[in-house]
Amino acid sequence: MASALINVPAKARRGDIIEIKTLMSHVMETGYRHMASGELVPRDIITNFTCRFKGSEIFRADLFPAIAANPFITFFTTATESGKFEFEWIGDQGFSETASASITVE
Amino acid sequence: MRFASVIAIALLVAGSVFAAEIPQAERRSGYDFMKPDTKAMQDEDTANPGMLWVLDGEGLWKRKAGAASKACSDCHGDARTSMKGVAARYPAFDKATGRPIDLEQRINSCRTNQQQATPLPFESRELLALTAFVARQSKGAAIEAGSDPQLMPFLAKGRDLYMQRQGQLNLGCTNCHDDNWDKRLAGSAITQGHPTGYPLYRLEWQSLGSLQRRLRACITGIRAQAYDYGAPELVELELYVMSRARGMPMEAPAVRP
Repeated sequence: MASALINVPAKARRGDIIEIKTLMSHVMETGYRHMASGELVPRDIITNFTCRFKGSEIFRADLFPAIAANPFITFFTTATESGKFEFEWIGDQGFSETASASITVE
Repeated sequence: MRFASVIAIALLVAGSVFAAEIPQAERRSGYDFMKPDTKAMQDEDTANPGMLWVLDGEGLWKRKAGAASKACSDCHGDARTSMKGVAARYPAFDKATGRPIDLEQRINSCRTNQQQATPLPFESRELLALTAFVARQSKGAAIEAGSDPQLMPFLAKGRDLYMQRQGQLNLGCTNCHDDNWDKRLAGSAITQGHPTGYPLYRLEWQSLGSLQRRLRACITGIRAQAYDYGAPELVELELYVMSRARGMPMEAPAVRP
């Protein structure tokens, strides 16, 4: 059950600086912890986050251990034209999630 | 002899001063003790990680389960109207068992009796998600738990447990949460212990958790043996702390440090 929460302003004026906020559900297991039996808990983290606007990449982040569970990533961009933001999270053990949000620029 | 009676009187006075309950006007939610950044996290739905569970819970609400192949929504319809204010009344009296049950137990009793499905384990993602989704519908509603007269004996037991000193540190809930709530313990604020936002996201847990989990953590903290999940004592304690917060607005899913 992975789910994402995205906050992109629905409307903006051309040239406005807008904040984009994303929250992804993930345990972010560091790979440094041990189970009661002494075995290492395998690392399970999101390794990469990308945001594309109308197909071209506008933001990317590489993630590492020691990032909290359910990572909250926020960044700014300039509103240039109406279109769709596409978000993608890729991680260990085949983790892959996408989400999208549209903006109308006047 | 006179000396002994002076001590006895001093103890009585001290007892009446320290075991005092918090006046209505001075009650504060744990939210008030938080730093601005943590408050901001709770205030905004897209920044509050608890909303991830609410989102999952909304999916589960509509998903058919069990031998009866029924979803919660098949009986209860739209949770936005049917579940409004419900969480503010829990733990509530359960006629079938003749005892108070909390919201998690209510959901599980619905699962076993109506859906004919296996009950969800305490603190499982599914149970927390459903509870968070139901509790979310009461956001802003005033807490009413404990007003049912049938609950009186259980409320009294919960209160006794709250006042009871126990564990290797020999502390009762009241010794921190009534007597010392304006102070700090190892750098963290000691709050008044009003459970306004459960299930809530604790940054320390990196997860959503129930009130029972919080109570168990506190009991372990005073080095006493914690009650098992679902134990009657734990539910009575939940009932008392909820009734103590009567009238305060629900915040679920809250965020706490």
